[in-house]
Formats: sequence, C-alpha cells, structure tokens
Amino acid sequence: MGIQASRVKEILDSKKFKDIVKKRLRVSLSLTALMLIVYFGFMLTIAFYKELLAVKIGEHITIGLPIGLGVIVFAWLLTGFYTRWANNKYDKAVRELRNEILEK
Amino acid sequence: MGTIETTLGHVNIASIIIFFVFVAITLVITYWAAKKTKTTSEFYAADRNISGFQNGLALSGDYMSAASFLGIAGMVSLKGYDGLIYSIGFLVGWPLVMFLIAEPLRNLGKFTFADVVAFRLKQKPVRIASSVGSLMTIVFYLIAQMVGAGSLINILFGLPYELAVVIVGLVMISYVLFGGMLATTWVQIIKAVLLLSGATFLVIMTLASFGMNPISLFEQAAAKYGDAVLSPGGFVTNPWDAVSLGLALILGTAGLPHILMRFFTVPDAKQARKSVFIATGFIGYFYILTFIIGFGAMVLVGQDVISGIDKGGNMAALLLAESVGGRFFLGFIAAVAFATILAVVAGLTLSGASTLSHDLYVNVIKKGKTDEAGEVKVARISTLMIGLLAIILGLTFKGQNVAFMVGLAFAIAASSNFPSLLLSILWKKFTTKGAVASIITGASLSVILIILSPTVWVDIMGNETAIFPLKNPALISMSASFLAAFIFSKLTMEPSAEEKFEDEKLRTYLGVGAE
Repeated sequence: MGIQASRVKEILDSKKFKDIVKKRLRVSLSLTALMLIVYFGFMLTIAFYKELLAVKIGEHITIGLPIGLGVIVFAWLLTGFYTRWANNKYDKAVRELRNEILEK
Repeated sequence: MGTIETTLGHVNIASIIIFFVFVAITLVITYWAAKKTKTTSEFYAADRNISGFQNGLALSGDYMSAASFLGIAGMVSLKGYDGLIYSIGFLVGWPLVMFLIAEPLRNLGKFTFADVVAFRLKQKPVRIASSVGSLMTIVFYLIAQMVGAGSLINILFGLPYELAVVIVGLVMISYVLFGGMLATTWVQIIKAVLLLSGATFLVIMTLASFGMNPISLFEQAAAKYGDAVLSPGGFVTNPWDAVSLGLALILGTAGLPHILMRFFTVPDAKQARKSVFIATGFIGYFYILTFIIGFGAMVLVGQDVISGIDKGGNMAALLLAESVGGRFFLGFIAAVAFATILAVVAGLTLSGASTLSHDLYVNVIKKGKTDEAGEVKVARISTLMIGLLAIILGLTFKGQNVAFMVGLAFAIAASSNFPSLLLSILWKKFTTKGAVASIITGASLSVILIILSPTVWVDIMGNETAIFPLKNPALISMSASFLAAFIFSKLTMEPSAEEKFEDEKLRTYLGVGAE
C-alpha cells in the first residue's frame, strides 16, 4: 500500500493514530512490568525468605508448589489476556484507521 | 526399588525402528517441501503461509530441547523443587516476546531480526554487528546441542559418539538444505507433538502408580527423601546470581535468532501473537509435565540409581520410562529425545544460514542487489557451511564440559541481540553507532565475564576463586549494552534515522507496508 508523504504526516499527527500507539505501549509495557514483578518477586522471595515457600499446606505439601506452578500458569494467562485485548480492541482500531486511510 | 536393571546403553531395537520411522517420514516431508522451496521467501519463511497454531507448535518444538526435557527432569529428580525454579525462568521470557517483540518484528522484518535493527540505520555496520551477535548465539547453542546429541545417543543406543554426531548433522542438513523453512517447520511440529504426547503418556503411566493423584506422588517423595524436596533448596543462594540468571533466561528468549526467525513464517501480526500464546501454553504444560516426571523418577527409580548412571541425573526420564513402560516405552522416549535434538539443530542451522546469506552476503557484500535464484543458492551454500561447522564443532568438543554454553548463548542473546532489537523498535534517537556499540559491548562482555566467572574460571579451569562473582554475566553485560547504546546514540546524531522512525511507526503499529 503506497501512501503519499503528505498523507503519512497527516496520519502520524492524527489523534486516532497517536491514541493507538499510546494505548498499545501502555498495555504492553504494563503487562511486561507485571510479568517481571511476579517473576522477580518469586526469585527474590526464594533468595531472601526461602522459608515462606516452605510453609506447609498439607501433611508434606508446601505452599511453594502451587505458587511455582502458579507462576507458569500466570505467564500463560497473561499472554491470553493480551491476545484477547489485541484481537478485540487493538485490531479493531487499526482496521478502522486503515480503512480511513484507504478511503481518502 | 533402587535395584532396577536398565537396558540403557544397549542396542534397543524398538528405539532404532521408531527413530528410523521418524527420519523416513521427515525426509518424505522434506522431499515434498523441496518442491515448494524455490524463492527466498519460501526458503527462509515458508512463504509466510504457516498458521499461528502451527507456528506456535513449531516454536515450542524449537524451544523444548532434549537438554530441557532430560536435564530439567533430571534436576527435579535429584533436587526436587529447585528444578521447577529453573524451568520457570525459561518460560516467563515468552510473555515478554509477545508484549515487546513479536508484532513489531513481524511488521518490520523480512527474514532475520537484523532486518528490524537495520531498518532505519546504516545497513553495513549494523548488519555486520548483528550477525556477530546472532552467529555467536547460534554457535554456542549448537555446540551444546551437538555434544549433548553425541553423548546422549551414545548412552541411549550404544552408537559411537562420532557416528551419532555425523548422523544428526547429515539428516539435519538435508532437512534445511532441500526443504528450507517449510521442512524445518514440519519437523518441529512433528517433534513437538511426539515430545508432548510422549511426556503426557509418561506422566499418566507414572501417576497410575499413585492413584492418578499427583499430590500423593509429592507426598511419597517427601516421605522418602524429606520435606526439603518440596521447597526451595540451594539453587538460589546469592540474590544477584538469581537476578542475573533470570535476566539471561527471560530476555535471552527474546533475542534467540532461531526463535525470532519463526515470526516471519506467519502471514501477519495477528498470527504472530497467536503463535506466542500457543507456544507459551505448550511450553508451560511441558515444564509442568517434566516436574511430575522428575518426581516420578525420584520415587519410582530412586535417586541412587539415577545419579549412579549419570551424575547430573540426565537419564532420569528414560529410567522412569523403562520402569513404568518397559523396554518398548524406553525405546519410544529415547527416539523422541533423538528427534528433539535433530529438530533443534535444524532450526539453529537455518537461522545461522539466513544470517550468513541474507544479512552478510546479500545486504553487506552485495548491498541488497541480488536476484532471487542467486540468493537461494547462497542460502543453500550457507546451510551446508553451518551444518558442516556444527558437525566439526560436535567432534571437536567431544568430552568437554559444554553445559555452560547454553547459559552463555542466552547471555549473549539477552545482552547483544535483545537491546538493539528493542531500542530500534521503541527509541527514536537510536543511532547506528549506538546499535553497533551496544551489540559489541554486550557480546564481548558476555564472553569475557563468563570466562572469569565461577562457571568457567573455577568449575572448568580449576582455579580457586573466580575473578567475576556472578555465574551468569547477563546482569552486567546487558546493562552495559543498554548503557553503550544510550551513550553512543546521545553522542551521535542521525537525522535520517529519526525521520524514518516516523514512517516506521506506521508499519510497526498498523502493519502498513509489512512484507
């Protein structure tokens, strides 16, 4: 799809485009931060308060087991959450803007 | 328990037959793929016709190496919970690949991640630097895989080490050379399905001895080896070590050239994100399975037997397979492990070949001016070169301790490939000099620091104390790489790069003009 240089500037300056970029960066950077906080929180708990994860929730079972497996499931759910957001919201906004560009 | 008679190391007929069936089927696929592999886009990117689901499976096939299957199950069987901590690090890089890299990469690139780094910068210096980072990552990863392949096959089948390395090398070369990305993708998919179903079956057979209740498996393990196996042990002692290794694993995943290359095989950004969702699910599921397999081996095989056969516990999953499913099942799992290695080295070789031909030959030597047929030919010659190099490296490093090279490959990927890729997507004022400085700083510091670290300086070279305290250098080498990018970009101005950043945004966010 070829777009003239003047049109490119117009699109880049448009509020719609700026909103798309801002929204996208906000979502991906906050999800990144969330994943890093959960992971490094887990690792630093192990480094400094190991005994917290050794707390028993059954005869032998420790709370560390569901937490460790939980980090794996959490990582996956996060990718699912992002995919849903991007498929429903982001792609829709992009499609609208692209159609607008093509119409002109 | 504890007195299991193992047939490991003897010729296992079931295993050899299953392995040859696998090779035969994959070679037929290669023959089919070869007919559809004529253009560059077909050779490097399977003509961008792979669906998100297929690519997700192929990504997990690329990522789930024999080392992670056998190594992590072994670690869990000997250390318990600590093995889980290790595998979590390998998984959490995937969401970051999705949030930060996958879609911009798909929209901006053509065949390699260096396409994205060089998108608005000066082609020649950036391509050369990126190729250095890429090739170093690939070579260290390849050495670890080839040496692992030789010794594993030696233990499993009783085949001589050298023969095993040559067989793996030749079969893998024929996939890539003739079938390009299409054949490589299907090898990954088949391998992923085999590995996931094999591991699932192994878990079901194991849990059958525990009333299908994993909790009762964990409880018996604790009863036999003490409660310590269910909580963190000595894996993380120094918090800085934990942070540094964590950074290498999670950001390294986002800088592995053979993983990044897979995003060019799907038609658009939407399929790229879907493939990460699928891959993360399968890889996470796989790590949960290896955790149960490790505990199964701990209880049903016993730690003495496992460490008696291999100090690192690498045979735990296979011993468990033999104990719950007999010789035939052992043969099946062994053949799957063999297939796994083949698939991973094929992916690495293809990505190494694309760096040599697309980044260095076409864009540096020929300055982007080549014809289709010529480039495909060069890509095939590069495949042959990287494939033969893999065989030579496998033979050269026989008997050496190469386990640290996986950690090194991740450190280089995190410190050299990842920073330049991320900044080229996000930072308008990123310049050519900044990119080159960042890549060179990250790659060279990773290598120098790992030599001075306890991993090499003490464990391999036998010195008393290490000069550099951390086991993995990523914390320092990656920070230095970002710092170098910042300083050199601030010192230099590149108006053309800033200007192109605006155009690039249309492509990054809207997919306008994506190939």
